[in-house]
Amino acid sequence: MGYLISRKAADQLFEKLSESHDIFAPKCFPGEGCFSDTDIIRYGQVRSLAEIEFEHRSDYSFKEALLAIHETLFYFTEDTTSVPACMDRRLLIFLRSCDLHALKRLDAIYLHNGPEDFYYKRLREKADFVLMGCEKTCDTGFCASMGTNRADQYDLYLKLNQNTVLIDCPSKSLRALINTSDAGVCEVTPDYVTENEEKVTLPENLSVESFDHPVWEAYGSRCIGCGRCNFVCPTCACFTMQDIIYQDNARVGERRRVWASCQVDGYTDIAGGGSFRKKQSERMRFKVMHKIYDFEKRFGYPMCVGCGRCDAVCPEYISYANLINELAKEEQP
Amino acid sequence: MNNAYLPFSSTVTEIIRHTDIEYTFRMSFDGKVKPGQFFEVSIPRYGEAPISVSGIKKGTVDLTIRKVGKVTDQIFENYEGSTLLMRGPYGNGFEIRNYRGKELFVIAGGTGLSPVKGIVDYFADHPEEAVSTTLIAGFKSPKDILFREDFLKWEKRLQVIKTVDAAPEDYKGLTGMVTKNIPDLPVMDRSNTAFITVGPPVMIRFTIQEIVKLSIPEKNIWISHERKMCCGLGKCGHCKMDSTYVCLDGPVFNYAEGKYLID
Repeated sequence: MGYLISRKAADQLFEKLSESHDIFAPKCFPGEGCFSDTDIIRYGQVRSLAEIEFEHRSDYSFKEALLAIHETLFYFTEDTTSVPACMDRRLLIFLRSCDLHALKRLDAIYLHNGPEDFYYKRLREKADFVLMGCEKTCDTGFCASMGTNRADQYDLYLKLNQNTVLIDCPSKSLRALINTSDAGVCEVTPDYVTENEEKVTLPENLSVESFDHPVWEAYGSRCIGCGRCNFVCPTCACFTMQDIIYQDNARVGERRRVWASCQVDGYTDIAGGGSFRKKQSERMRFKVMHKIYDFEKRFGYPMCVGCGRCDAVCPEYISYANLINELAKEEQP
Repeated sequence: MNNAYLPFSSTVTEIIRHTDIEYTFRMSFDGKVKPGQFFEVSIPRYGEAPISVSGIKKGTVDLTIRKVGKVTDQIFENYEGSTLLMRGPYGNGFEIRNYRGKELFVIAGGTGLSPVKGIVDYFADHPEEAVSTTLIAGFKSPKDILFREDFLKWEKRLQVIKTVDAAPEDYKGLTGMVTKNIPDLPVMDRSNTAFITVGPPVMIRFTIQEIVKLSIPEKNIWISHERKMCCGLGKCGHCKMDSTYVCLDGPVFNYAEGKYLID
């Protein structure tokens, strides 16, 4: 059961939500793209519906709303440590179907792989999720191939038309905020794509032998190890522990975790000078096998959600989608 | 909710100096711990480093630390009369029950002896619990030999082969790689053996080649993998090999599974 409300009523709903929630959504940042005169779409706090970029896929994912690029774990002075307080308000995160599926992957790592993560969990419990539908496919995404083109685990769905807004609100607590007095009642099914231009077939018989496949060298030799694919990926969850000290007082500082990339030098370095996976082709193999093979072995479903951001951001135009198709092609009889 | 990232403070109760750059720090610790597990040891401002447990006594754990990085340099500078921050223990560790009643062979290289030392200690204290216990330990040179006092005890109770890769001419002990000693091991019943090998990746590779030449079943071999265990909690991703996390599922693996772990 959904509602049809006026745009004005939707803006009022947004106002109400803002009273209890910090609202994070994809925003266009004009002129801040990687090249001159280009824009970038990334997450930021928004104060009106009009600010939200509904049309295009964001270049970066929602994950930074739950996992900060660098997150303080605790502050230390000489003998004491203290944990930063969590925000009092709730979080409202706008995202698309692929990203909602990615949330399940982040939960797998941060809540179910080993002990629950204190910092992730306390934010996650405060978060509500707003699904943004996809009327048409994005350029490089292949969600239909990955089965992530539809999502139903949302708290609120919003579709903005010219003067009206369609709403579906499975969350009871959020539903209480909707002014239904002059709302039309109707069936609302979120928009989703059934087909993408980019089609990907997952190889079915990956194994230890796949590690020797020539595709790794063919694709990896072009990689410059910048790590952008990891940073835009909604499912990449790696970090590195880091201590920093304050410039004005070296006895005071903080322990942080910062986003890490398995493609960048230093990821595997161990004390004494050893490291593993020195070649870019080995690092690419590590990443791809994690996304479509070993994560599934551990958790029962592939890690990759087919959002296509990695292919869009790669400065070397390396297509992860093509790489997977190459692997699958070999399996054809 | 428990915050697993917060370390506790532990007192340095004793220091055993093995070489210029390798000391054992005996740390106060009361919890449950097994040989082969590790702690994340830290000094705020410099960061954390995963260090394996090299000995367990009532109320203390031994951490044998090699001075090779930013954190361990600081530990060596600042240890006196002080405390270190720790969290853990993490990892699966060695299970004594896998080795009871077996012909046990432990083959270790350099600081690789630390994680498996608890097992050697156990069977030195309870020699009757194994059919036999043999330790082959290799070091780079005579001055790199660790746990000298423990060797005196072990040599009385176990079969011990202590070798160095290279030595001055007047050195009286054995020289040569650990692998040289494997073909002549007195194996009686291959099916009732247990081999543990810990050391640098190259040493493990060649050691296993030699063990397999003795027709030892792969399931009788255990290895301990070395990776960068940054969080110890299965989150940071640095230690993942195939579908396993070395910090959660390892670092000790049976070779029948461990040999398929490629990353």
